Amino acid sequence: MGYERVADAIRAAIIEEMDADPDVVMLGEDIAAFGGAYRVSEGLLERYGPRRVLDTPISEIAIAGTAIGAAMTGLRPIAEFQFNDFMACAMDQICNQAAKIRLMMGGQVRVPVVFRAPYGATGRAAQHSQSLEAWFAHTPGLKVVMPSTPYDAKGLMRSAVRDDNPVVFLEHKMLYGAASPGGKAKTVVGVLGPSFREAPEDPYLIPIGEADVKRAGEDVTIVSTGYMVHKSLRAAERLESMGIGCEVVDLRTVSPLDMGTVLRSVGKTGRAVIAMESVGDFGVAAEVAARLAEDGLFYLDAPVRRVCARFVPIPFAPACEADVIPSEEDVVAAVRAVCA
Amino acid sequence: MTAETALALYQTMLEIRLFEETLYRLFSTRDMPGSMHQYNGEEAIAAGVCGHLVKTDYITSTHRGHGHCIAKGADMNAVMAEMFAKSTGCCAGMGGSMHIADFGVGMLGANGIVGGGIPHAVGAAWKCAYKGDGGVAVAFFGDGASNEGSFHESLNLAAVWGLPAVFVCENNLYGFSTHYRRVTPVEDIACRAASYGMEGLVADGMDVEDVYAKAGDAIAKARAGGGPTLLECKAYRYMGHSRFENPTYRPKGELESWKARDPIGAMAARLMGGYGLGASEIDGARARAEAKVAEAVAFAEGSPEPGPKDYERYLHA
Repeated sequence: MGYERVADAIRAAIIEEMDADPDVVMLGEDIAAFGGAYRVSEGLLERYGPRRVLDTPISEIAIAGTAIGAAMTGLRPIAEFQFNDFMACAMDQICNQAAKIRLMMGGQVRVPVVFRAPYGATGRAAQHSQSLEAWFAHTPGLKVVMPSTPYDAKGLMRSAVRDDNPVVFLEHKMLYGAASPGGKAKTVVGVLGPSFREAPEDPYLIPIGEADVKRAGEDVTIVSTGYMVHKSLRAAERLESMGIGCEVVDLRTVSPLDMGTVLRSVGKTGRAVIAMESVGDFGVAAEVAARLAEDGLFYLDAPVRRVCARFVPIPFAPACEADVIPSEEDVVAAVRAVCA
Repeated sequence: MTAETALALYQTMLEIRLFEETLYRLFSTRDMPGSMHQYNGEEAIAAGVCGHLVKTDYITSTHRGHGHCIAKGADMNAVMAEMFAKSTGCCAGMGGSMHIADFGVGMLGANGIVGGGIPHAVGAAWKCAYKGDGGVAVAFFGDGASNEGSFHESLNLAAVWGLPAVFVCENNLYGFSTHYRRVTPVEDIACRAASYGMEGLVADGMDVEDVYAKAGDAIAKARAGGGPTLLECKAYRYMGHSRFENPTYRPKGELESWKARDPIGAMAARLMGGYGLGASEIDGARARAEAKVAEAVAFAEGSPEPGPKDYERYLHA
């Protein structure tokens, strides 16, 4: 039996890596004794002890910077941020330090650190709901991964831990499926169907930097990440009944960006919709659109459309959040527009 | 302190001073790339602290990092070549003055961001504790960095984890143009150690013997598992904040009064006094330092520049 929730799949990947390599260590807020806000590190303190699984103060600079220093000197730390929004407190360490140290120092050093964080909107308003992959993807020297299924999460986490470069690993909260003791998870795990592919127990790696075609189709390409992959797949089913065949490309890694897979798909379909939960303005979706314009313009039979969060801080009221965050309906409408 | 140790510390200070003076001349008379922040006046701190460290110990440094690099035993040829942006530089010409590093001797890097390197020392100390290898990590930083969040978070974490780290605050009175007392409500930055439950020490940063003694206590304690210490060394930056900047913000006579206590001159007098060395040994130290710096300049001058695409190989491991 495999892992049906992203939280379990990531934990399984970490266990495989920690079993294999004693230099893999973890640090973060509430990860050890409590087991992690989203339960990814549940049971790991008991399994590996307090020398390898460490609770930190609420000190994002120190979490990132200490992980970097340990990585520079031979450990392979996995640093958890409780929300990707909190990484803002550690931007110097992540973007000025981790991303640049190797090049600045002429290749003398490797910085094998994983910065993990949950992202995405779940009714927690503006400072706990963002999808911030573009902040990190905009910084050369960082790799940025955002898996959409337990299968991808496990294989990509193992690759991230083994990577000799800093990797920002972003995990959508709706896909974790685990809840704090006595709590109730807000999740879509359990309603997503077979596209939410479970992770087998057997070990395997998924290379960083390879997109995955999650659904084949002939008429339009939907380029997506994370939870939006599932909204896009559901939209594709509805569009199928309207006679529109959608190909859904899950980027899986946003930096480095696998434009080869995107361009091959758009070369076939001639149309592209880019569906991401982050704000579209100046973001990863904008980057994909720009590269389609540069390298795939003559494939296109219609203008590219982005389906992204509106360009506002995410409001608390559920109706407002729902308006800001892109939906399955928004994907359907955008696909119909480019196919009109 | 033995005469041998005293002479070694003197030698280190002299090498740093001559390196910096030579570099200043080069910047004044040639088209050198970039900028630099010089360490003249503060040599006793790097020499006195690093005098206790071995190759497998770690240091992190600041934008004013030439002295730390030399004191930790980095190859001066490679350090000088980095100033020239040559491919033989310790960072292959990719980092320059503000990012010099030599991982082969545990020098984890100067840093262009004030306070940026402090948590890296915590991480290196964590690695030493985890491996049980007996190593220690020393973070050098300035009075200005003690007002950064990274200072607070790093000292707090090192203290709660009981790590073998030593935090060396080089209080040279000014953060760029601003006197530290205008932006720091305490006279002794070392007193901030109390909020982390760690020992805070003040050393005379113009006296290499005092720095050496107090750093020795802190480093021995860290090595023995006694946790971190904050060591404030009070010193003075002879030069401006950066290349060619004229420090008009200093009161008249302040520089002269500190130069009267120059750590290198003072140590030379002591070597010939209580330590019983002769003028020939002092002259010999200077001759060795001059030769080393001259060789470094010649090496740098004769080295090739990086190719315009060389950076591509350093982005990812």
